[in-house]
Amino acid sequence: MNPISTNLLVIGGGPGGYVAAIRAGQLGIKTVVVEAAQLGGTCLNIGCIPSKALIHAAEEFDKAQHYASGSAIGISASAPSIDLNRTVAWKDGIVKRLTGGVGALLKKNDVQVINGFARILDGKTVEVKQADGELVRIRCEHLLLAAGSEAVELPFMPYGGMVVSSTEALSPETIPQQLVVVGAGYIGLELGTAYRKLGAEVTVVEAADRLLPAYDAELTKPVGAAIKRLGIDLRLGTSVLGLNAGGNGVRVREANGEETLLSCDRVLVAVGRRPRTGGWGLESLQLDMNGRAVKIDDQCRTSMRNVWAIGDLAGEPMLAHRAMAQGEMVAEIVAGKRRHFTPNAIPAVCFTDPEVVVVGMSPGEAEKAGLDVISANFPFAANGRAMTIESTDGFVRVVARRDNHLILGWQAVGRGVSELSAAFGQSIELGATLEDIAGTIHAHPTLGEAVQEAALRALGHALHI
Amino acid sequence: MGIHVIKMPDLGEGIAEVEVVAWHVKPGDTVKEDQVLADVMTDKATVEIPSPVNGTVTSLGGKLGEAMAVGAELIRLEVEGAGNHSGDSAPAKTATAARQHTDKAAPGGSDTVDEFIPITVAQPETVVTTVTSEATAAPAQAAPQRPASAPAYTQAGGQGSAPAHHGRAAGEKPLAAPAVRQRAWDMGIELQYVTGTGPAARIQHADLDAHVARGQRKAAEGDRRYAVLEGEQAMPVIGMRRKIAEKMAEAKRRIPHFTYVEEIDVTELEALRVQLNARYAGQRPKLTLLPLIMRAVVLAIRKYPSVNARFDDDANIVTTYNPVHLGIAAQTDAGLMVPVVRNAEARDPWSAASEVARLAEAARSGKALREELSGSTITITSLGALGGIVTTPVINRPEVAIVGVNRIVDKPVILNGAMVARKTMNLSSSFDHRVIDGMVAAEFIQTIRGYLECPATLFVE
Repeated sequence: MNPISTNLLVIGGGPGGYVAAIRAGQLGIKTVVVEAAQLGGTCLNIGCIPSKALIHAAEEFDKAQHYASGSAIGISASAPSIDLNRTVAWKDGIVKRLTGGVGALLKKNDVQVINGFARILDGKTVEVKQADGELVRIRCEHLLLAAGSEAVELPFMPYGGMVVSSTEALSPETIPQQLVVVGAGYIGLELGTAYRKLGAEVTVVEAADRLLPAYDAELTKPVGAAIKRLGIDLRLGTSVLGLNAGGNGVRVREANGEETLLSCDRVLVAVGRRPRTGGWGLESLQLDMNGRAVKIDDQCRTSMRNVWAIGDLAGEPMLAHRAMAQGEMVAEIVAGKRRHFTPNAIPAVCFTDPEVVVVGMSPGEAEKAGLDVISANFPFAANGRAMTIESTDGFVRVVARRDNHLILGWQAVGRGVSELSAAFGQSIELGATLEDIAGTIHAHPTLGEAVQEAALRALGHALHI
Repeated sequence: MGIHVIKMPDLGEGIAEVEVVAWHVKPGDTVKEDQVLADVMTDKATVEIPSPVNGTVTSLGGKLGEAMAVGAELIRLEVEGAGNHSGDSAPAKTATAARQHTDKAAPGGSDTVDEFIPITVAQPETVVTTVTSEATAAPAQAAPQRPASAPAYTQAGGQGSAPAHHGRAAGEKPLAAPAVRQRAWDMGIELQYVTGTGPAARIQHADLDAHVARGQRKAAEGDRRYAVLEGEQAMPVIGMRRKIAEKMAEAKRRIPHFTYVEEIDVTELEALRVQLNARYAGQRPKLTLLPLIMRAVVLAIRKYPSVNARFDDDANIVTTYNPVHLGIAAQTDAGLMVPVVRNAEARDPWSAASEVARLAEAARSGKALREELSGSTITITSLGALGGIVTTPVINRPEVAIVGVNRIVDKPVILNGAMVARKTMNLSSSFDHRVIDGMVAAEFIQTIRGYLECPATLFVE
């Protein structure tokens, strides 16, 4: 079996890599995927899926606790307990089912999966060290780099001991009593909220002066309020200095310059992710870089012919669905089709409580781009369905061009709004105008009515507000 | 990091300038040792220029199609280590620039180095298609004032008036649903040229169809034969075509041509040709008229050697040659080429025929050697059945004469007082009047006529 010759070689079996391989297989391209760990990458194993499982478990537990103290609905229950081992096992079961499914899909499409650690020798040759130590050399016509990203480590507070990354935080053996979360981005807030609901005292430390700094203030306001209600201690404008000498607290410098100690028995560092560019011979290709990421064009070509890069390795936005779309496209280009990666918008969802979803431009971004826009909110407080699920926080906002009413962006915050991303994405990708959405009958009673009402309101004739 | 400058190499044969016919890299590209950076072309040969080092391209020394002096900076690379370039000397100027200097007789001496302009945009395509917006009497639609609540839909009908900028402001991204985008890619249509008739100037499937049907639209309305056509194709004149253009212009600019046309009765010659082909069928190559004409030219040159010459008009020297190196103009895919039958005087008609066939094939397949494409002393040009009745051939400079062969026609001729059918053919020949007098030219052609009308004289001397 030494050496292997293939048309397309994919390094990394994450959402970008495995989708590229499946599509390539469908198109009859001989394809090999090299994956050092489990298929599915960060997303399936240590990211999107396990975090949503843990968040769901925490919500259920929180709900039960809520009933234990009586509820407006009239349900009461005795105080719940949680067997964390079973929770983690349940989550692992979902992960296993999904990664197994990916393996089956690859097999079905005649993709060869090689389990091992890849090392690039040149733009057409990769050496893989398999689990048993055996080296396999693979020659390819096209090399697709899909090695993903890794959690950024704080140099003065490396991972280990009570300092954990999101990976360890998703498979806890115990719930800490006092958890300090470093970073109020979406990973920090999602996990911080889940841990709080599972019973930990949670302090979130953020160097910027507001939470979810990537989103606008109006949008994140309900998240901030909910976090406060949950009893999470949010320290904005605060920077982390390191662990204390005793190893039972984190030293921070508060906004007013004062140094304080946050006592804790676990620290979750969630300060971002960076492209995984080191340790697998990538530098030998001397590709053009865009900061830390591999530089690509609108066809995911790198600066070297027939070497392609997709997903987190190619920089922001580091989102699984972007990687998947890029992977699918690269496979089609390799198959000789003419394709470009030119989406009008890539949705981004934040599974906090309430959830946040953004697709396309915010009003601020549109103005910065020199566009004359109109935007309108429709609050869930005026939506019947929201009331029936006890969640009237939040709103849907639309941004459109003033001249021709072309919809440029959607933002929403509220319970379950992540599912609205499908409607948002479709309307923008299809080039809908406000009239298109306002003229579409939306089912009653659903949260989706707020989408139609936001469009109506932007046109100046909302019906229910 | 250092700078490594690759200079235009000396490709030999005394060539002073070399044309860039393809760039394979652009500024910002990473290149590996031995990677091909550019294709350059001399008079006849195309040569690939490989990179001697690993590095990153920082600038290109010339534009596509530009003639660059040997030794001029071809490409500049950023490399690990010291590089080969100190950085303070100005980049070498191009051949064009150098020419301009001599033309102007620059008083400032060699210090007037032309500005070096690095090219930042690669030009991979050689054919630039410009799709012009539809010719229409309607003025660019100044958006009329509308009620604030109504969106300003672009009204673009099928009635022949397209909105300015295809319904979009200049530079605005074309708006289309994913399925439409994909179909456009598959069809090879650039969406930026497609008029969007949907809301907010959205491009729809029907708009793609309309775009394709453009120019045929009139056909749908009635008569396809009178459809209005649009668009134009700009073709950079580079490579072989540029060489031809330069040679032709130079020949016409420098040489005062005079063209002499005479009618030849080729009845006997044709009869002989047919007879020879019948007699030697299968044993010798089939003869066309060309080898026989070649022989007649060779024999005529013996009497009028001054037409078998090359005129170096810069040095004012006319060189006449004892051997007859006969250029035979040939059409190839790349354009006009003139392969040369060397020492045509030493070949019988069959040998000449097979040599012409061999050279024409070599020229068409691009395998002709440089020596086979240069050094002719006189040229014959013939388009065979397409030869027309009269042509005005352009002299293959620096030669001084070219013999053009026109087509054979059956004609009524008065012979011995009676009208008979004869095969006749014109020879249209041009001469350099600076060194060939009319008398000589006329006598030269009349001599050829003598040989051709009495073909036995081609063989008995």
